[in-house]
Amino acid sequence: MAKQLSSIDTRLPVISLRGVEKSFGHVPVLRGVDLDVYKGENVVILGRSGSGKSVLIRIIAGLLKPDRGSVNVLVKDISTLNTRELQVLRARIGFSFQSSALYDGMNVKDNLEFPLVRNNRHLSRQQINEAIAKVLDDVGLTKTLYQMPSELSGGQKKRIGIARTLILRPEIMLYDEPTAGLDPVTSVEINDLINEVQQLYNTSSVIITHDLTCARSTGDRLIMLSEGKFLKQGSFDEVFNTDDARIKGFYNYNFIAGK
Amino acid sequence: MNEDQDNVPAGRQIKASFRERLSQFFLRIYSLYRFILRFFREAALPPYEYKEILNQFFQVGIKSLSIITLTGFITGLVFTKQSRSSLTGFGATSWLPSLMAIAIIRALAPLVSALIVAGKVGSNIGAELGSMKVTEQIEAMEVSSTNPFKFLVVSRILATTIIVPILAIYMAFIGLLGAFVNVYKNELTSFTTFFQSAFEKITFLDIYILIIKSAIYGFTIGVAGCFNGYNADQGTVGVGRAANTAVVASMFLIFVEEMIIVTVVNYFKQGLG
Repeated sequence: MAKQLSSIDTRLPVISLRGVEKSFGHVPVLRGVDLDVYKGENVVILGRSGSGKSVLIRIIAGLLKPDRGSVNVLVKDISTLNTRELQVLRARIGFSFQSSALYDGMNVKDNLEFPLVRNNRHLSRQQINEAIAKVLDDVGLTKTLYQMPSELSGGQKKRIGIARTLILRPEIMLYDEPTAGLDPVTSVEINDLINEVQQLYNTSSVIITHDLTCARSTGDRLIMLSEGKFLKQGSFDEVFNTDDARIKGFYNYNFIAGK
Repeated sequence: MNEDQDNVPAGRQIKASFRERLSQFFLRIYSLYRFILRFFREAALPPYEYKEILNQFFQVGIKSLSIITLTGFITGLVFTKQSRSSLTGFGATSWLPSLMAIAIIRALAPLVSALIVAGKVGSNIGAELGSMKVTEQIEAMEVSSTNPFKFLVVSRILATTIIVPILAIYMAFIGLLGAFVNVYKNELTSFTTFFQSAFEKITFLDIYILIIKSAIYGFTIGVAGCFNGYNADQGTVGVGRAANTAVVASMFLIFVEEMIIVTVVNYFKQGLG
């Protein structure tokens, strides 16, 4: 399902984190994380709830500032950017939220139009409509144009959330728990969509999940995060072929207790 | 740990809890101060969200218009009715138009319209922004290269600050219309005579003060709604709390501001007199 690894360009990382630390009050969440994500690569970060996965992805998107360490995204050090520069950089990063985060007061069309128009004020009505039709087609939901978010299913909301980020043609996609709360069939459809997006838009992706089916079908490289540190990384088999009780426990829960 | 806490004398526990609450209160005041400073900075700097500001003008104005009309008319009518019985004893019912104009323009219209907007729009702003915060919609706006503070907060505070004075003037007019209905029913006073008599005791200063204090109340409603909504947490409980706190805080502050403004205005009027 995952693409051929030869399509990954390992010469220059599009995301590079060095010694990233983050605490909330006296509770350390990330304790010295180093990460490189390359062009065309899908990196899955696995871990239990509270292991720091969502904090890590928010640091990459510039939504949170690390206490220590450096964060380089698309060859820019996020800590040195002003608000305007950060906004320009964010237009090149797509973020799919766990809750989909569709704007309740807007229908699907307006949800998709909102980021497009705000980042490309010169576009004509025809160009806007074409761009919306294109991304809706890419996520397989062409008939939802005038539906409100409350009228969509969980899987449809995820797809529209992804379409809303794709409309800006991002170079990096960040997925926060893309299959959380979805039934197994819809989860598989979302996993396939993540792979299709990577191929259609040639993105690099960071996928945060605790769903091993999602990790296996979307990840070129898996990283196990536990208590704010990376325990192990590699292919699915490399990560889970281990005697580490924490990793084994996570695997057993997903494939035995969790199913 | 719990045993240790049990061994601490009750008096010391109360003191510690009081200190904790006090420090939380001052931290909140400080973050409110920074929130207001950020509002002025973001409002002054381009790009300006004209479309969203106009949309919020419409939302705040239209949402409050029917209830402002109804309460304004009833307020004028009932106050005239209540005042009539007192004035009849002195044979001074001819003072009713100017008395009602003073009461409505100086106190009732700005205060009642602000309280209505606080209840109707302030709670709505708190709940809307609170809901957007807990469902990650504000973060979604941020990652799609939109400044959510400028788009959501600045537009709403500007709208309440500008629309509440307009609603207060409108309410004053409707309130005087209610007063006129009562006066006409009893004395058959004409519309022109009523309004000429009503505005005899009203100066431009009264109108300026009505506009300024309504703008202050509108700003308070906008800030209370946005601050509580924008900083909401703890899921749906936080949304409810944001809406509730927005209303309670803005109503309380409106009364405090009314007291301060009246004291200051009277002080200067006495000085001028």
